[in-house]
Amino acid sequence: MVAGKGNMAAKKYRGEVFINRDRCKGCGFCVEFCPTHVLTLDREFNTRGYHPPVVVDADACTGCDLCGLYCPDFAIHGWRVPVQSDGAGE
Amino acid sequence: MSQGEHRNPVESFLRMDRMPHIWCPGCGIGIVVNCFVRALLKSKIDVDSVSVVSGIGCTGRIAGYFKVDSFHTTHGRPIPFATGLKTARPDMNIVVLSGEGDLIAIGGNHFIHAARRNVDIKVICVNNFTYAMTGGQVGPTAPLHSIATTAPYGSHERPFNLPFLAESSGATYVARWTTYHVRQLTKAMVDVLNKPGFCFVEAIAPCPTIYQRRNRMGDGLEMMRFYREHSRIANGADTRSLDIEMGGEIVVGKFIDRDRPTYLEAMDEELSKRLGNRYVPYPTGVKR
Repeated sequence: MVAGKGNMAAKKYRGEVFINRDRCKGCGFCVEFCPTHVLTLDREFNTRGYHPPVVVDADACTGCDLCGLYCPDFAIHGWRVPVQSDGAGE
Repeated sequence: MSQGEHRNPVESFLRMDRMPHIWCPGCGIGIVVNCFVRALLKSKIDVDSVSVVSGIGCTGRIAGYFKVDSFHTTHGRPIPFATGLKTARPDMNIVVLSGEGDLIAIGGNHFIHAARRNVDIKVICVNNFTYAMTGGQVGPTAPLHSIATTAPYGSHERPFNLPFLAESSGATYVARWTTYHVRQLTKAMVDVLNKPGFCFVEAIAPCPTIYQRRNRMGDGLEMMRFYREHSRIANGADTRSLDIEMGGEIVVGKFIDRDRPTYLEAMDEELSKRLGNRYVPYPTGVKR
């Protein structure tokens, strides 16, 4: 569930987000409070019967880790990967 | 699907073998844990010098999940335990993380006296307005007219205003944030980790299963939206004006930041004055 390329014009970094599906309890905080609306709740269930988030707009992720701060179950977090030059991130 | 070399920063501070934790979906206590871990990382203090003490209740489980020196005390007694710990080991950073039923109701006496003496401990109180673990009795901060197991027609008790209580008892740092204000809550925790004296941070948290279900307030997400829409940041506000009403505005912010001699400093000063060279000063000094 790794995804994302910085949406910044300068592209100094790209954001990545990791979701631990089976630890999620489906509260939806990360979906609601993601500033760039990267996530949505999955239609599928996880092994515990909740709907975990999935990435729908990977390019918009800035790696701000607000999802990680909001997640009460420590199931999601974001981070930033530096991009050396334009074109380095494909 | 791989996490790569990047681990969730929370995981290195928690006993992950105990996960999943007991907290309900939509509970705010996990957010307070997130903020505290980020504050530990940001303040760059030695994790071996940190000790987390908590009492009984949903929030009281935090001590069991933290992979630092932690202690899960009896009901209402995290502050006496922390006071003893601080007196025996003045070099340690003692953090009390517990709920409002534990700290303010059964432990209320300890709370006001630790604030009066200005014991150098940091108290982070998760306020969810009810005794959640025991089934939802009226707590010390339950707003007027709220429904609880022991108040099926609405509570008629006047609740505590925690920042006012802490300020008037003598705390050196008083702040209140909700779990919606994660960045500010983290900043407040960094502040208190670097500040000597009795510091108090109130973290208002949703309780979807007990408090909100009985009061028809929706799930955790709905409460977080409520915090976003109905909270007002007023740093330095008069703490007397911070009462919380059902469905009313929640005033948040940093209210008090002052300096007073701590318990051990005051003892050193007084006894040095009285006894002169016969008194050997207490080995104070936290690694800050």
